[in-house]
Amino acid sequence: MSQTLENPQDADEASGEDARALPAAQRRRRRKAKEDTSAPAGIGWTISAWVVTLLFFAPVAWMVLTSLHIEADAATNPPSILAPLTLENYTALFDRNVTPYLINSATASILSTLLVLLLAVPAAYALSIRPVEKWTDVMFFFLSTKFLPPIAALLPIYLIVQNTGMLDNVITLVVLYTSMNLPIAVWMMRSFLAEVPVEILEAARMDGAGFLRTMVSVVAPIAAPGLAATSLICFIFSWNEFMFAVNLTSTTAATAPIFLVGFISSQGLFLAKLCAAATLVSLPVLIAGFAAQDKLVRGLSLGAVK
Amino acid sequence: MSTTTTDRPAAASDAAAGGPPPSRRSSKERWSRRGPLLPALVFTIIVTQIPFLITIAVSFLNWNIQRPGTKSFLGLGVYESFAGLSNFATVFTDSRLRNAVLNTVVLTASVVVISLLVGLGIAVLLDKKFPGRGVCRTLLIAPFLVMPVASALLWKHALYNPDYGLFNGTLNAIWQLFGAEEGPIVDYISTTPMPAVVAALVWQWTPFMMLILLAGLQSQPGDVLEAARIDRASSWQIFRHITLPHLRRYIELSVLLGSVYVVQTFDAIYTITQGGPGSATTNLPYEIYLTMFRKFEYGEAAAAGVVVVVGTIVVATFALRTISSLFSEEEMSR
Repeated sequence: MSQTLENPQDADEASGEDARALPAAQRRRRRKAKEDTSAPAGIGWTISAWVVTLLFFAPVAWMVLTSLHIEADAATNPPSILAPLTLENYTALFDRNVTPYLINSATASILSTLLVLLLAVPAAYALSIRPVEKWTDVMFFFLSTKFLPPIAALLPIYLIVQNTGMLDNVITLVVLYTSMNLPIAVWMMRSFLAEVPVEILEAARMDGAGFLRTMVSVVAPIAAPGLAATSLICFIFSWNEFMFAVNLTSTTAATAPIFLVGFISSQGLFLAKLCAAATLVSLPVLIAGFAAQDKLVRGLSLGAVK
Repeated sequence: MSTTTTDRPAAASDAAAGGPPPSRRSSKERWSRRGPLLPALVFTIIVTQIPFLITIAVSFLNWNIQRPGTKSFLGLGVYESFAGLSNFATVFTDSRLRNAVLNTVVLTASVVVISLLVGLGIAVLLDKKFPGRGVCRTLLIAPFLVMPVASALLWKHALYNPDYGLFNGTLNAIWQLFGAEEGPIVDYISTTPMPAVVAALVWQWTPFMMLILLAGLQSQPGDVLEAARIDRASSWQIFRHITLPHLRRYIELSVLLGSVYVVQTFDAIYTITQGGPGSATTNLPYEIYLTMFRKFEYGEAAAAGVVVVVGTIVVATFALRTISSLFSEEEMSR
């Protein structure tokens, strides 16, 4: 946006009789142009894009389709695509008690996401709006912890958790997932808070708004979508986590991925039921991810790419 | 550069808060700024740095929980004796561990390179307007969102299974279409274990690469591309001389973040091959897991962990530098 204003050509054109109206119109046009830089594709291009997409999506589609077949139709060769559909695999899952695992996953993911936000939002504020000295160093410290392979910390964590009697406890997962997602959340939230224009904060101060008032009526509305996106990313990573869950939980605190792995060894292989279980445990993240897909890039690149 | 990045926002927000420049801030003022940061910082230091320090300490101990020890380690357990550097010597000379290092490099490099190239191809396809582009993007990110353990099981049982997996099933259907009695039966996981794992991981990571590269493609200034088109540059010339240089930062970022994540791969190995057949697909995280929970060699596992961290730090240094440069660009454009 600032580029548009600094562009000398724009300034020349704008210095007409309706100098106030023109830049706005131009800006609108510019913005529109920026959204649509992509050229239209020909029919061949369209077909290739769709073929690649469908190839990539095929395993997911196959998983869902198989989950809706009875076992006999699931394990045929060649595959029976047109076999009758049924929901019996899903009801069988609930009969086999998938519910406690889902509840553990939900508890660990939601609690850790809340804890992450509680810690990350003030931190992001201290790194953007009213930054501490050496705030870039602090940012990079957070990020560097994300680069430590969790396997290198597993042994001490296991020993500590074992000695404090916290093995097979959801709270242990909450703490670990919080530390796993906190750096991501700090980076993401900082990039959203950094977008709050300094001028607006200044204007709020001039108008006599206090800290709370400024936060609630100026910062919060701008940062809200970012807050939602950050929570979703944290939720996704916690929900999918496997290594800590498999090594630190057994019966009472086991999460959805552990259900999946245990499912195979205890039941033998039932392909249709396995696919139903895989679909069921992936569903929350698929829905969350599709809903937040425009913000996903920002989360995955830690806020470095918009 | 660095002065620009650190001073500008600080000065700007000082104007907003009406505070004095940093050098003249009182200590009370400095602590009120630090206050909101401290809980997150303290939490992160306790939960991430202390375990790592303990790992370093354990890496110097002879500690196998199947052998009786006498010396207490911080009340967390008993170890046999101080080992000096012998665990590290084992890590560097043990053939299993060397094999795991090699597998990790092969796995990480091939997954990152292949998913980068496929992701770039898909991103280029999606950069043009066509009917259903939004739907395509949505469907394409699905592999990344499916729970990694679920997708590993899906590949192992529903796709690779020699008898009724989708791959052999499709081959069979095609063969029968041409009149043959039965298609070839390939056992992908036991005949080509590493490519089988790589394929499943490439499928999972391509959307990650695609999303970052697509964001890069769409951030290209439209007028430059238009000017190039008016100058009658061919599509390939535009891609080679304008798009690729512009994408460089995004490619670096996706390679480095991708490497950091793929090096840590545990779910797929645990689920698809259990590191086998033999140790054909055992990577470092899985080998460390085996050393810890199957061989109970705590000291050795810790030493291997330290080596992995050092290796990761080398990659991460480049990653941090790349992110740092993107970061300062963002600050300058504010």
